[in-house]
Amino acid sequence: MSDTQDHSETLATLDVLCPMHVCLDKFGKITHAGPTVTKLYGEHSILGIRFLEAFELNRPHSITSMETLLAAAGKKLHLKKRVEPQTGLKGVLMPCAEGGAIVNLSFGISILDAVQEYSLSASDFAATDLTIEMLYLVEAKSAAMEAHRKLNQRLQGAKIAAEEQAYTDTLTGLKNRRALDHILPRMVEDRTPFGLLHVDLDFFKEVNDTKGHAAGDIVLQHVAKVLVDSSRGDDVVARVGGDEFVLVINGTIDEEILGRICTRIIKEVERPVAYKDTLCKVSASVGIAIYDGNGSASAEQLMDDADMALYASKHDGRATFTLYTPKLRENSPLAINH
Amino acid sequence: MHGLVNRAIQCFVRDSYGQSRWLEVTRRAGVEVTDFEAMLHYDDSVTENLIAAAKDLIGVPEETVLEDIGTYLVTHPNVEALRRLLRFGGVDFVDFLHSLDELPDRAKLAVDDLVLPSMEVRQHSAESFSLTCKGEQAGFGYVMIGILRTMADDYGALVFLEHRGAQADAEVIDITLVEQAFASGREFELGARAG
Repeated sequence: MSDTQDHSETLATLDVLCPMHVCLDKFGKITHAGPTVTKLYGEHSILGIRFLEAFELNRPHSITSMETLLAAAGKKLHLKKRVEPQTGLKGVLMPCAEGGAIVNLSFGISILDAVQEYSLSASDFAATDLTIEMLYLVEAKSAAMEAHRKLNQRLQGAKIAAEEQAYTDTLTGLKNRRALDHILPRMVEDRTPFGLLHVDLDFFKEVNDTKGHAAGDIVLQHVAKVLVDSSRGDDVVARVGGDEFVLVINGTIDEEILGRICTRIIKEVERPVAYKDTLCKVSASVGIAIYDGNGSASAEQLMDDADMALYASKHDGRATFTLYTPKLRENSPLAINH
Repeated sequence: MHGLVNRAIQCFVRDSYGQSRWLEVTRRAGVEVTDFEAMLHYDDSVTENLIAAAKDLIGVPEETVLEDIGTYLVTHPNVEALRRLLRFGGVDFVDFLHSLDELPDRAKLAVDDLVLPSMEVRQHSAESFSLTCKGEQAGFGYVMIGILRTMADDYGALVFLEHRGAQADAEVIDITLVEQAFASGREFELGARAG
């Protein structure tokens, strides 16, 4: 058996064990390249050219000759192809016979792009190489992550819908008491000034008793529309009881403006509502409390003030509005009970 | 049962027979859920009831439903990712067959709470193999027949498959490889990720 035959058998062995190896002679020229390295260069043959001309060495630094290359034997080399695409590679070099060397290369993390760019298949990797398993994992995990992402999106959507539902009065589409209890303390905490209107319908019980609940529902929907029309987008309109509503007029603490809003609400609520062939007539009494953004009042206290003012309106013959003042408490018959 | 299994049944019925047939299946199965989440868990009885209802409404034996589910899983474009993941198992069909031993472990790598029946492949001669599936999900062997038949096509191999029935909790499938490279098979590029 001749030396040449011996040598080519060794190369064939290396091609299978390390399909990404290159052999260098003592001048640093490439004398042989494994099948996968050859594939990386396509029609460009790298045989006969210097290793450092085919690959750019990023680390270790200042390796410019075969001598310095050999000095880096056994160390991890970071390099990339000089021709496009400049795929990043890792490598390790070991000296071999006659002053030459063998460099074994691998893709490292650039593998995800490399399989696409070079149309690599399983046969381009050594049978013991874990690359295929890694690609499997990347794909499997991406698919699983995608499924989780979709699940989270749907859960998020369901959560928003459920919260929306929990804070909405189904008959009128207004916010409910729970929503108000959530919003009002936050506004006080944030020191946002607002006017608080507590609206209670007059003669609603008569409509319900004489014309039925369906008529009552239509009246409530009519009132809801009036209140929404009388407020702006960042105001809060809530139905807090059977025929009780609360408006939070954001940023408005002027007594006169709040009074005008109440007048309009009472006038519009009093418009008769058609139900079957009869007309339903109700009116409204309103109590106003003002939070100027500075006071130490709590949301609870403000609701109680508005309630007190509302009681005064009722006492005053209904269909009117009253602004809360501490004096109301002294005059109120309720005060005696406290 | 893992939601992926119920989700697979849902997608199979919906993509093969339409959404209204799927809704009928859930109604007949007495199942409240109509849209299964792949990443949640459901009671085992849900899966059994779905299969029984699908069998009745499609009008074929249960084995056929299960086999069709297996075929669906590796052919329909909506579940292309699964075919690709299976193709990572081997470069040719025999290689793929031997990779089935580690299929439950591979599935776990992807989704760690997914428990598949254990699988054991034995080679009796150059062209004769058998696959034993052991697990709690009875009938899984029929799903595997659908998968194996389609994957053989995918690799371009010609095979005969026969379910030898169930003994205790084990199902055995005989696999006869008539020709490894019968047709050209479907492309498999490592870099072509399923959308």
